[in-house]
Amino acid sequence: MFNPPTELLPTATNQSGTRTAAVPSVGGRTGIARILLSRDTVMIYALVAFVIYAALFIPRFASPVSTGFLLLDVIPALLIALPMTLVIITGEIDLSVASIAGLTSALMGVLWGAGLDIGPVLIISLIAGVLAGAFNGLLVAVLGLPSLAVTIGTLALFRGLALVVIGDNAVANFPPALTSFFTSKIGGTGIPTVMIGVILVAIIFGVVLHLTPFGRGLFALGYSKEAAIFVGIKVVRAKFWLYVASGSVSALAGIYWTLRYSSARSDNASGLELTVIAAVLLGGVSIFGGKGAIPGAIAGVLLIGTINFTLRLGRISDVVLIIVTGTLLIASVVAPSIFEGVTKWLHARRHRRTLPQASASGATRATASGVQERK
Amino acid sequence: MSISPEPTVKRSMTPLLSLRGAAKAFGPVIALADGVVEILPGEIHALVGENGAGKSTLVKILAGLYSLDAGDFLVKGRPVTFRTVADSKAAGISVIYQEPTLFPDLTVAENIFIGRQPKNALGLINRSAMRNQARALFERLGVRIEPDRIAEGLSIADQQIIEIAKAISLDASVLIMDEPTAALSGVEVERLFQVARALKTSGAGLLFISHRFDEVFALCDRITVMRDGEYITTHQTTEVTTDQIVREMVGRDIGALFPKVIADVGKTVLKVSDLSRTGVFTNISFEVKAGEIVALAGLVGAGRTEVARAVFGIDPYDHGSVELHGARVKPSNPQAAIDAGMGFVPEDRRKQGLVMDLSVARNAALTLRNRLSRFGLINGTTERRAAEEWTTRLQVKTGSQEYKVSTLSGGNQQKVVLAKWLATEPSFLIVDEPTRGIDVGTKSEVHRLLSDLAGRGIAILMISSELPEVLGMADRVLVMHEGRITAQLARADATAESVMHAATAKLEHSL
Amino acid sequence: MTLDTSPPATSETTTRRANGFAAVLRLREIPVTLALIALVTLTYMANPLFLSQQGVKDLLLNATIVIILSVGQAMVIVTRNVDLSIGSILGIVAFSTGTLFVTFPGIPIVLVFLAGMALGALLGSINGCLVTVAKVPSLVITLGTLYIYRGLNNAWAGGTQYFAGDRPDSFGALSVDTIAGFPVITLIAIVVVIIVAIFMASTRPGRDLYAIGSDPEAAKLFGIPVTRRVLLAFLSNGVLAGLAGVLYASRFNSVGATTGTGLEFDIIAAAVVGGVAIFGGSGTVIGAAIGALLLTTITSALTAIRVDKFWQQAIVGLLILAAIVIDRIARIRTAKKLRLSEARDV
Repeated sequence: MFNPPTELLPTATNQSGTRTAAVPSVGGRTGIARILLSRDTVMIYALVAFVIYAALFIPRFASPVSTGFLLLDVIPALLIALPMTLVIITGEIDLSVASIAGLTSALMGVLWGAGLDIGPVLIISLIAGVLAGAFNGLLVAVLGLPSLAVTIGTLALFRGLALVVIGDNAVANFPPALTSFFTSKIGGTGIPTVMIGVILVAIIFGVVLHLTPFGRGLFALGYSKEAAIFVGIKVVRAKFWLYVASGSVSALAGIYWTLRYSSARSDNASGLELTVIAAVLLGGVSIFGGKGAIPGAIAGVLLIGTINFTLRLGRISDVVLIIVTGTLLIASVVAPSIFEGVTKWLHARRHRRTLPQASASGATRATASGVQERK
Repeated sequence: MSISPEPTVKRSMTPLLSLRGAAKAFGPVIALADGVVEILPGEIHALVGENGAGKSTLVKILAGLYSLDAGDFLVKGRPVTFRTVADSKAAGISVIYQEPTLFPDLTVAENIFIGRQPKNALGLINRSAMRNQARALFERLGVRIEPDRIAEGLSIADQQIIEIAKAISLDASVLIMDEPTAALSGVEVERLFQVARALKTSGAGLLFISHRFDEVFALCDRITVMRDGEYITTHQTTEVTTDQIVREMVGRDIGALFPKVIADVGKTVLKVSDLSRTGVFTNISFEVKAGEIVALAGLVGAGRTEVARAVFGIDPYDHGSVELHGARVKPSNPQAAIDAGMGFVPEDRRKQGLVMDLSVARNAALTLRNRLSRFGLINGTTERRAAEEWTTRLQVKTGSQEYKVSTLSGGNQQKVVLAKWLATEPSFLIVDEPTRGIDVGTKSEVHRLLSDLAGRGIAILMISSELPEVLGMADRVLVMHEGRITAQLARADATAESVMHAATAKLEHSL
Repeated sequence: MTLDTSPPATSETTTRRANGFAAVLRLREIPVTLALIALVTLTYMANPLFLSQQGVKDLLLNATIVIILSVGQAMVIVTRNVDLSIGSILGIVAFSTGTLFVTFPGIPIVLVFLAGMALGALLGSINGCLVTVAKVPSLVITLGTLYIYRGLNNAWAGGTQYFAGDRPDSFGALSVDTIAGFPVITLIAIVVVIIVAIFMASTRPGRDLYAIGSDPEAAKLFGIPVTRRVLLAFLSNGVLAGLAGVLYASRFNSVGATTGTGLEFDIIAAAVVGGVAIFGGSGTVIGAAIGALLLTTITSALTAIRVDKFWQQAIVGLLILAAIVIDRIARIRTAKKLRLSEARDV
């Protein structure tokens, strides 16, 4: 039972690969302390602590089989969380991601069913996702409509189109070579082969967000659109491409979902948008925009995924998971504001103790100059 | 409303409101160290001071928005503690803010009566009564505004009038007006003064905050001066001169405040020709030469900032052209303007100039983000070094480049804004209200810097609502009124009178 | 200095013109109402059975619960907030209704209604407290409580389901019996809409909600009790979701752990289609109710004119987008006209 959790290492390196990229600014701290205490680093501690706990105390958790299933399960959320992080950092939201994944899946099913080769099937499905994202981008970025309302609309629209495309059929006979590739593992590690691709996508998003001028612009944009415009950031263009990225990655998630379960259905991935958003917010991305990092978001997804998996291993029902997810989310957003409130209160108290002398002298002088002058 | 029928100021009466030794700090920043103000029944009391003197903080304390850290606060002789705005209102204090705070989605009548709408027998809001009362109020003020239209899209002057109607309808015994005339034209100002005098006659006390001395002297009975968060003195208006007040406000000679160096004027850098945007500004043409500081003066709302935004490509324009060094600058594209050599220090430092939650380094390097990248990637160290160079040269006081810029004082924040633009080595710099809300010390530092930059051949367009700043710094003054340039004055011809005249009247000097 | 004597450029001239646009702006319900009328008329012409007695009854029954939820959601959205947890609140109340009937077989129906609404009020006010006290955006908080309430419901219900047979016939009859052609539960919904509409349009606290959504900062400056009012909006929304939960138990055959899952976006969509601005400040509950009616009618209408049922959801999606775009176009036009009218004054 006491297996050193070597098979979990690659997950950890996956994060540390992009961790250096995370330089979220925390006022008042410098250097190493800043990195060690930042919100997303704390999420990574939480994840590591939980993984260690699970490896030690949950039977069968620390095994290649478990790792494999865990990762296979979280991949769709992990993928979508990447562009979602960027979208939320700019102060927008995309609720249509799961519907885009569903639409892609439905399209795959129909095209494959119609006898197309798998290559064109994959390409067309991916293009559908790109177009869906561009449609969101057009409405939100170009026309300036509120993203919350727009993507509730496209959530219904894209899921509806999935139904139009495939109805209540399911297509399952995808090439066995392909589906088994999607569930295959790297050697004996239990790590799914597709994780390599996922890590690549994660690195791309991490680099774009944390190491490029474009990424610098996204943070500025999320905090203050006005300030961003003044330094020449092209707000419309940036947001448009983020929605395209969101659509594309959602399509990838849809393709993965279809091949992993070897089933193309219109309701694939439904409800996933809320899971992803919850995980991203848990990972320290601020719903107000401007704050967040890719490693944190990844840690958020993995934490929820791992808790979910261990609860199932421990034969605890989904009930607890749902409550844990909700409570973690609320605690993670409420805790900072409580912390801030306490700090302010302490500061005010300290201040009130020091101020009276200063103002007392001021008041004396006031009586000396102003009030006397009047009398 | 006060019961006293006596319109003249009597020293023996109980003040409607009296504040002594008021102190308020926000974290490390002391906004108000010693605020003193006293308002008597039937008095119009002026509160003057430079930006950052603590006037707005004091107003917000009176309004119940801020709680006092220390000090005595009496209303009609009785000590009070305001916890909410409602407390202040209940005590008979009504505030009109510089920027009207109407609810854009509600109707005009509803904006006046929100929270105390007239009710019918069923306890429901009586809309026709509300409409009629609003009409009656407007009649009293001599204006006609449709009570049933929504507030969105009203001009600032109309919004201000609605605020005043609101205050009057509240029957307040103390009315506080925070720069109410900043955006008003002459007729509107006169109308406002009539109302103010009528209120005074009825025994109310008014606190009037303004930067316009002519108005202060025309309207007010007493003047209280503040500087750097502290009370300086209170005068009877009849016993004091403008010069004396200005000296007390500034605390030193004005000459020392504007270290203007007349630089050699070079060739034309910026040429704006016939720029128009429907409903915003019309036929704007001017040039700024190398080494020159050109001030753009005028009232708030005259279209100064709008012209600057169009020149820089933030807003579009319908007609005309902008040229830098003889080459046309692409419209509606700030990046193109930056690449061409423009910089823009905007008026609202907190919202437009800086990203408050980002670090000093990130902010200072934001304009350089494209230039700093190699193979598309930004190296954090290079970024910090680039940022450090200019923040050091401007002597930005911060514990670390990694501190959030929001932790800095106003003056240092403004230096970061300047640093980020100077880092791009601009040949033309727009500075919009460059010293708004910063302390006197940093203020003259900013002035020295601007003078110095002009001396190095940078062309500067300065928008300012502070006349001393305009007169002290500019080589030339352009004055705008209602979207047009109404005067172009050389340094020698620019006086307080000539600028204000052009700013309030239409097309005195046609160009 | 001289005070100039240029004629007053503003007030009179601007306002007379502006009044017309203001009227257009305030009638945000018009597009959705026209759409509903057009939809019903066209469908009726294609298939007269659509407006048969049974057809109308089905239509109304389908719309009832969505209408009540949309009205509650509109109250919250008007304050520039949102409540994603209503589906979970509805689920938990519906299940508790079933439980009450099974545990206390003789329980008066009125008491069940009150209990359901009280439970809804409790859950809604938890949302409200978290939003106002912790000052965290409602989108995040209610996403959290969406999970928590659903989890509690799951924990409580487990595999248990209550069926029509578990409740007294008189309770189920509420969704079957009609008065003047209207099912009883629909009449309840209509009464609710009228009460809330009057509250929102003609009481001071109701107008405060609009003020808060229109400009939260100004509301604070003005001294409107923002915390109390926002709390009130969330609480009312909870009560209405509770009422909807009880009615759900009457209308549908079974209630269990997953009742009401995934409703949240449909409800917000109904409010948005009905002209409630997603960023608060404008829109009416009547509009939200009509929006709900339109979205539910579309499904029946498409069935009646034999459109492939798989198209229905896509059409609903398009409708939501159309509503947002139409609203924006109306706003831009108004702004443009105002800008031009002021330009003429210069």
